[in-house]
Amino acid sequence: MLQPQRMREKVVLRVVAQALIPFILLFALYVQFHGDYGPGGGFQAGVIFAAGFVLYALIFGLDRLEAVVSPRLIEVGTALGLLLYAGVGIATMLLQANYLDYKALDPHDPGHGLHLGILLVEFGVGLTVTSSMLAIFQAFAGRRHD
Amino acid sequence: MPIEVLLFAFLLVIAVVVARLRDLFAAAMLTGIFSLLSAGLFTLMDAVDVAFTEAAVGAGVSTVLLLGTLSLCAREEREKPLRLLPLVVVGVTGAALLVGTLDMPHYGDPAAPIHQHVAPDYIAGTQREFGLPNVVTAVLASYRGFDTLGETAVVFTAAVGVMLLLVERRRQRGERPH
Repeated sequence: MLQPQRMREKVVLRVVAQALIPFILLFALYVQFHGDYGPGGGFQAGVIFAAGFVLYALIFGLDRLEAVVSPRLIEVGTALGLLLYAGVGIATMLLQANYLDYKALDPHDPGHGLHLGILLVEFGVGLTVTSSMLAIFQAFAGRRHD
Repeated sequence: MPIEVLLFAFLLVIAVVVARLRDLFAAAMLTGIFSLLSAGLFTLMDAVDVAFTEAAVGAGVSTVLLLGTLSLCAREEREKPLRLLPLVVVGVTGAALLVGTLDMPHYGDPAAPIHQHVAPDYIAGTQREFGLPNVVTAVLASYRGFDTLGETAVVFTAAVGVMLLLVERRRQRGERPH
């Protein structure tokens, strides 16, 4: 699927991709952390963040992508996001509240606890989605005709 | 209203063209365009979060994965004779779905059951308890936090499944070069 030699020779593709990728990643971070106030959240941000890396791999090749994010890192990220989400639930239980009852995260200010909890679980979702998308992309794109 | 009619007409045309095309590359690109138009429709229905997901997943990543799969198989669909039974099954299912929509409440009807159940509590509670403008985020992360945990687990499981099926095989092949 990936023909980096051919893609890299296309100046317009390369220059436009290089210019776009930082903005795609920045936009993903905006969607991630502004999800409480505007449209978006962990799922959307995760996919957009992964799309930035996929674009990079399409233009510069899978090897260059694996140099930036190794398959090992992606495996860890996939599990870490889910663990973070589940861990917030465990943390609230340790604070003697129900599972995923975010208000317990800040006993003095329940509203702040709610915001913190939502921020953390959304980040967990984003991490798992980004890593999963990249894992699936690498698995598909890494296969050869045979 | 006319822009919705236009988008739906485009969706219909693309669906028919995708079903009839033999060139799989063109079909994959058209499914991406289908998703993008759906995202436009969702935006018009004020479902911005859904539109966002549709544009990013449907038009973006899915299309890339489809193209990736295409590079591993033939570019043209083989000519097949028209079979009657599948056509009948699809026709009957489509007709049943159409009949089902007749009983549905009209779009945006405030008396619809979905707007009577827990939705008013969520909308009022999001303002009162969270002070957040985005009700979708409050429902997703807090009111339905268990569901979202389950969904994240599904995404995780999908990634693990793909890794087990595809990546492990690749590594094994790399380990026996002689």
